[in-house]
Amino acid sequence: MPPAHWPPSLPGDVMTTTQADFRAALLDPERAVPDGLTDPAGQPTKRRFAVYRNNVTVALIDALRTGFPVLCKLLGDQNFDQLARVFARAHPPTSPLMMHYGAALPAFLDGFEPLARIGYLPDIARLELALRHAYHAADSTPLDAARLGALPPEVLMQTRLHLSPAVQLVHSRWPIHDIWCYNTRAGAQKPRSIAQPVLVTRAKFDPEPHALTPAQAAWIQAIIDGATLENAVDAATAIDANFDLGPLLTLLIQHNALTDITTPKD
Amino acid sequence: MLDATLTPPRLPAAPGVGYKAQHFADLRAAPGPVKWLEIHAENYMGDGGRPHAQLRALREDFAISVHGVGLSIGGEGRLDPDHLARLKALVGWLEPASFSEHLAWSTHGAEFLDDLLPLPYTDATLIRVADHIDEVQDVLGRRMLLENPSSYLAFAESTWSETDFLAELVRRTGCGLLLDVNNVFISATNLDYTPQSYLDAYPLTAVGEIHVGGHDEDEDDHGAPLLIDSHGREAAEPVWALLDHALAGTGPAPVLVEWDNDVPDWPTLRAEADRAASALAAVPAG
Repeated sequence: MPPAHWPPSLPGDVMTTTQADFRAALLDPERAVPDGLTDPAGQPTKRRFAVYRNNVTVALIDALRTGFPVLCKLLGDQNFDQLARVFARAHPPTSPLMMHYGAALPAFLDGFEPLARIGYLPDIARLELALRHAYHAADSTPLDAARLGALPPEVLMQTRLHLSPAVQLVHSRWPIHDIWCYNTRAGAQKPRSIAQPVLVTRAKFDPEPHALTPAQAAWIQAIIDGATLENAVDAATAIDANFDLGPLLTLLIQHNALTDITTPKD
Repeated sequence: MLDATLTPPRLPAAPGVGYKAQHFADLRAAPGPVKWLEIHAENYMGDGGRPHAQLRALREDFAISVHGVGLSIGGEGRLDPDHLARLKALVGWLEPASFSEHLAWSTHGAEFLDDLLPLPYTDATLIRVADHIDEVQDVLGRRMLLENPSSYLAFAESTWSETDFLAELVRRTGCGLLLDVNNVFISATNLDYTPQSYLDAYPLTAVGEIHVGGHDEDEDDHGAPLLIDSHGREAAEPVWALLDHALAGTGPAPVLVEWDNDVPDWPTLRAEADRAASALAAVPAG
């Protein structure tokens, strides 16, 4: 049953408020409150609109704090919140999946002049994003390592490895693994002055970062790009003639980072 | 129009709590009166990992309510087909007892604004929201529940009362309602009417779930009370009184304790669930 006043008549002079008006004022505190929004007495109301402004800003800053805890610790809460506020206004989320919010933060930091002298910050943000992606990545069944062991060496070198969807590689010329550990683990050593690409694995549910040498990172990158073991080793030895595949392969197997192999016969 | 092929909500008429990962072990060891859990849909739209594993374990012991916060049912644009597809996938594998969303908007163009933003109650809004509800119910194959918002301001252009607006949506789409009595108390205080009068005008027969939760107190530009929906503390006494008032009209119903910010330890949250259980125990069956 429609209500008695259906269809209602709209007075011609009533102010309408579009969502575009609302949105524009929401993320810009300098803008006036849109027309047509009132308190119960019909009066304009700045503080009431400010509740929505504050809700959105706080929600986005909280999401960034949750997503980038080490960055927050490095900068301090107050500095981080300032950065987050500037970033959030320039880059509001583009998806309701807040678990992915902040993907644009590393590139934003690359060009953020006030923090340019702390060169490793963008790569710390990349590492924290990689850890988050690993956390939410699809589950996978680990490769039975015996399948690798059973391959004759010449076949093994022509084999391609399939990595778990949780595996992430973060390139960096900064000691980001040391910096991350120093800020998350009691008793971790002080960051060394070395380039430290990071491999992220997830053995079960908890992502784990591993420091790599640049040669190891080149090997992982080649594997990600679909190279055979042999070609990946070539990429690594081009950087470091003493590159040793053994420890890296062991690490991948121990952390359930391999899911399958494709041999030349497949 | 009620489509009989749509799966109706079927949460137990018992206390539930908003699920937080830190309560995983406590919930399984000592759930107390809690018979069902509500999750925010968007937090479980990753591809796998611990969030999915916890849900698979919890659904063995609890009925699950999927509560969306990102569909933007009141948005001026069309519903995001990718997001609808994600929702369909989640509901597909989880097989929850209920799906609910908000009478609000949160997406504008390509932007997601991460808040439940208010709508003017006009004919144009009514038609748009009804179309969106129809689309959601069609895609999910379920009758959904729609939640009343907490309001901080009014739209000069509104021509419907919120209760009439909700009743008309129910009539047009066959959806059910999620009655948030904390939101009723907040909106009534902020917009200067009595929460009892709201409940008296509200279509209680369509209620498939009730929310209780905490709010904060502030003031507007003129010193009038302005309540903020914070979900960061115990529900206030008048909100529990409203729950009793609502239950007297609905009969036994699923009652959820919402506590999303400054999440407390399990005993504190369980005490709120115990209070909801007491309120339910006082309701005559049927």
